[in-house]
Amino acid sequence: MALSGMRGLSVFISDVRNCQNKEQERLRVDKELGNVRTRFKNEKGLSPYEKKKYVWKMLYIYMLGYDVDFGHMEAVSLISAPKYPEKQVGYIVTACLLNENHDFLRLAINTVRNDIIGRNETFQCLALTLVGNIGGREFAESLAADVQKLLISSSCRPLVRKKAALCLLRLYRKNPDVVNVDGWADRMAQLLDERDLGVLTSSMSLLVALVSNNHEAYWSCLPKCVKTLERLARNQDIPQEYTYYGIPSPWLQVKTMRALQYFPTVEDPNTRRSLFEVLQRILMGTDVVKNVNKNNASHAVLFEALALVMHLDAEKEMMSQCVALLGKFIAVREPNIRYLGLENMTRMLMVTDVQDIIKRHQAQIITSLKDPDISIRRRALDLLYGMCDVSNAKDIVEELLQYLSSADFAMREELSLKAAILAEKFAPDLSWYVDVILQLIDKAGDFVSDDIWFRVVQFVTNNEDLQSYAAAKAREYLNKPAIHETMVKVSAYILGEYGHLLARRPGYSPKELFTIIHEKHPTVSTSTIPILLSSYAKILMHTQPPEPELQNQIWTIFNKYESCIDVEIQQRAAEYFALSRKGASLMDILAEMPKFPERQSALIRKAEDAEVDTAEQSAIKLRAQQQMSTALVVTDQRPPNGMPAQPSIGPLSLVKVPSETVDSNPGDQGLTHPNGVVYKEDPQPPSQDIIGDLLGTLSIEGPPGAVAQSPQSATYEAEGAPSAADAAALVPVGEESGSVQPIGNINERFYALCLKDSGVLYEDPNIQIGIKAEWRAHQGRLVLFLGNKNTASLGSVQALILPPTHLKMELSLVPETIPPRAQVQCPLEVMNLRPSRDVAVLDFSYKFGPTMVNVKLRLPAVLNKFLQPITVSPEEFFPQWRSLSGPPLKLQEVVRGVRPLPLPEMANLFNTYRLTVCPGLDPNPNNLVASTTFYSETTRAMLCLVRIETDPADRTQLRMTVASGDPTLTFELKEFIKEQLVSIPTAPQRPQGPAAPPPPVAPASQDPGALLAGLL
Amino acid sequence: MIRFILLQNRQGKTRLAKYYVPLEDSEKHKVEYEVHRLVVNRDPKFTNFVEFRTHKVIYRRYAGLFFSLCVDITDNELAYLECIHLFVEILDHFFSNVCELDLVFNFHKVLVLP
Repeated sequence: MALSGMRGLSVFISDVRNCQNKEQERLRVDKELGNVRTRFKNEKGLSPYEKKKYVWKMLYIYMLGYDVDFGHMEAVSLISAPKYPEKQVGYIVTACLLNENHDFLRLAINTVRNDIIGRNETFQCLALTLVGNIGGREFAESLAADVQKLLISSSCRPLVRKKAALCLLRLYRKNPDVVNVDGWADRMAQLLDERDLGVLTSSMSLLVALVSNNHEAYWSCLPKCVKTLERLARNQDIPQEYTYYGIPSPWLQVKTMRALQYFPTVEDPNTRRSLFEVLQRILMGTDVVKNVNKNNASHAVLFEALALVMHLDAEKEMMSQCVALLGKFIAVREPNIRYLGLENMTRMLMVTDVQDIIKRHQAQIITSLKDPDISIRRRALDLLYGMCDVSNAKDIVEELLQYLSSADFAMREELSLKAAILAEKFAPDLSWYVDVILQLIDKAGDFVSDDIWFRVVQFVTNNEDLQSYAAAKAREYLNKPAIHETMVKVSAYILGEYGHLLARRPGYSPKELFTIIHEKHPTVSTSTIPILLSSYAKILMHTQPPEPELQNQIWTIFNKYESCIDVEIQQRAAEYFALSRKGASLMDILAEMPKFPERQSALIRKAEDAEVDTAEQSAIKLRAQQQMSTALVVTDQRPPNGMPAQPSIGPLSLVKVPSETVDSNPGDQGLTHPNGVVYKEDPQPPSQDIIGDLLGTLSIEGPPGAVAQSPQSATYEAEGAPSAADAAALVPVGEESGSVQPIGNINERFYALCLKDSGVLYEDPNIQIGIKAEWRAHQGRLVLFLGNKNTASLGSVQALILPPTHLKMELSLVPETIPPRAQVQCPLEVMNLRPSRDVAVLDFSYKFGPTMVNVKLRLPAVLNKFLQPITVSPEEFFPQWRSLSGPPLKLQEVVRGVRPLPLPEMANLFNTYRLTVCPGLDPNPNNLVASTTFYSETTRAMLCLVRIETDPADRTQLRMTVASGDPTLTFELKEFIKEQLVSIPTAPQRPQGPAAPPPPVAPASQDPGALLAGLL
Repeated sequence: MIRFILLQNRQGKTRLAKYYVPLEDSEKHKVEYEVHRLVVNRDPKFTNFVEFRTHKVIYRRYAGLFFSLCVDITDNELAYLECIHLFVEILDHFFSNVCELDLVFNFHKVLVLP
């Protein structure tokens, strides 16, 4: 295959190179393609050599960027050539020209398979390389088994097995079913014992993919990975050819540590210790050296080690070592290292709380934000975004705003989005937020997506104190000679809506507002004009008494647009014109926009949606997800129905209400809200009637939903995707006539919390109350998390604990208001004085807008929380059991109407209530014996024993014996267990099962908590 | 995971292209054009990493040739950077003092390597 052997090819390449211009080159290439095509047509006269040559030429032309739409067949057919030179060409050209979706590949499957299972090593390698390069579902299905065999075969040379491992990896990525987890886990562990580093490296790549999908099955591989890592770190038994600039295969080291990051923890203390030794060595022993390659390789290992340390939640000391290292890196000059320093610091934010240490580097990070290299700037931006919190939001956002004017276009959109999100999330006060967004629009209007300005409008609408401030700001911006169109939109909207609040100030008279807005009118596009028209209509409405001059001006404009070609504009103009002649009724129809329903910020959603796709899931992300699921859900502020935060800019939702309708109800006018958007803050019965009236009249003309919806869709047409928002806007009318409904079933939430220690106790559209509890003996510490889901504050917050007599409870101070989107934590100390089944009640109330919401919630400080599971041996059990003889210490009862449960399930139920089931104590398999310790101040720790005898013939009845050293405890525990057995609390809507016994007349039932609990 | 390997000269001529993800030809041309534009104007003092769509391009320049690897965002950048160098060392070894012309005339041999 020497060059001379393919003169034709090199002559052709020279020819192409000698072409003076693109045109000549094209001519030369076309000529050659024609030539190749004719030669392929009469294939008979083609020698294998010629065929090979032409296929190469074809590939060369393809590589130059020309379309080659023939010859694939010839390339594929070369694969089945008997001799190496042709076969090799066939394989390589096929791998380059075709991808997994080509039909031609099917023709080759058989040949490829024969080569793989054949005895010729070289052919095996060629075939494996092809399959590994192309992948593809069909290859995966038909060849995976053979490839696996090669990989574990002992007779194959490492060269082949290496390729087989990579090939299998490729097939696995395409179709994870090709690896049968059960059988393969052991094999995989064996593969890791491999001495040959080539095979080991390839196998490790395979392992990374396997564990990223399912780490459980591959636990046995973990210690082996650590061993491999030790071997490399100590440089034991590493052949020269696998040493790269003096470093034992850096790639294998990196891959091994990658694989380790997919296991949640390293449990075995010995393995953990040796792993940390290695990591420590890497962290401390990596120095900066002159040789670039050596430096890169050693730092590749170092950064992977950092990632692994972060993942393993190392001791504080090692963590701070890592942060210190990263802090050093982000200050160095070498761009790659600085880049990686920033990147890893961002990752570090996600997994541990080292925020405070990282904050010390803020100035350094901001310097990187101004680096000439966009890659570094991006990392710096990400890091700043991640590390931002209430304490440094002002600085960071201001820095971002400042940078915005000089940033390059590629980054501006991301930058403005991030600045907007941070401003919203961490605004120390809302006027600052308005300032930031307006500045954003001013500085980078083109890059501010609509979502951003919709959001600020929502905020202003929902916060009354903000409205006049925003109006004044908007007015200021309008004074500028040239402003961005988005700014015109926001300002016009805000001034139209709230300009009248400032009417007394000089420069804010309706006339002046109109003039200043209208000045911008010639410069705007059609998408802005409807907003301007609405503003004019609003200004007109607020002009009391009417000024004929202004009125005429505005009417002229409406008149002009009545014949506009744009339907939206035309409709608005016509309708506003008609409405504005109605006189007083205009006031009602164009009344101020009601508050927007609370939604998750579209911006945050947008940022969350920016998913990346990677071959393996990111280990950090996996971990973050796991943490999320175990963590308390209180921080999740997503609204339950996931309504998109589509802006409701339109004051126009009112347009379609035919004015006649309103006229026909003259008596109602004073109270009518704009169409359809009748709000939940109307608790008084009279307005309910009006809602009824309004809906009634609407329904004459058609279904209310349809009528209310159509104007909205018309309004939204420009913004797109309106339907969900419409639906959301309709909810309050249809379902929630006047009161705030809880989300989820309160009873179910309570019962769930009886069994676990953290979760949500209560949620409604405005607030979420989460609980996290810790129990120790007879004491408990609960933390209530009160999360405001709104962009407006919740006022008059009150939380009152009504404890039953047996519990001593102290709730720390609850703040009277909860700021927008904030979460407050209120610790609650509980002490159990004596056994009782009564439940404490939290009387919680708050005010949102005019609505007062009051709920009474049972607190999950129930009897079983003061139990501690204990296992007793037969030697301990029987003497105790016998010594507690008869009532009142030992009570027996036959319980009927038990919900039938198989015995193992009943045992599970007991265990979840912290009553340890002790198998084997009772010789009768139908019986169940359990033990536990109960803690209270009077009884101290007291052992309780329970025996349940079931009847296999009739599962609805059983005999229960409970024994303890305290009569009250015995009674209460017996009743408690009975309640659980009779009504399985997980069953929804059955807080008290029908067969539940009436609460025993205990002295405790006199206290208010118990009474309330009964009512609930 | 490596998505593709590209060898391009300063003018943007592709000297070697290897794809490990199924792409249509038109898409390949677009990718090659974009990657070239992305790396060619970068200052030698800049990092060797650039974000490319939802992935990352790790590139290195040897004389007039750019070697670019497209990898996942989460991959270890430096490890791939040294991969490139290893590849170049192998080419160097194979052709004894490799230059662009070697790769042009012997593209079919280069293809055997990765």
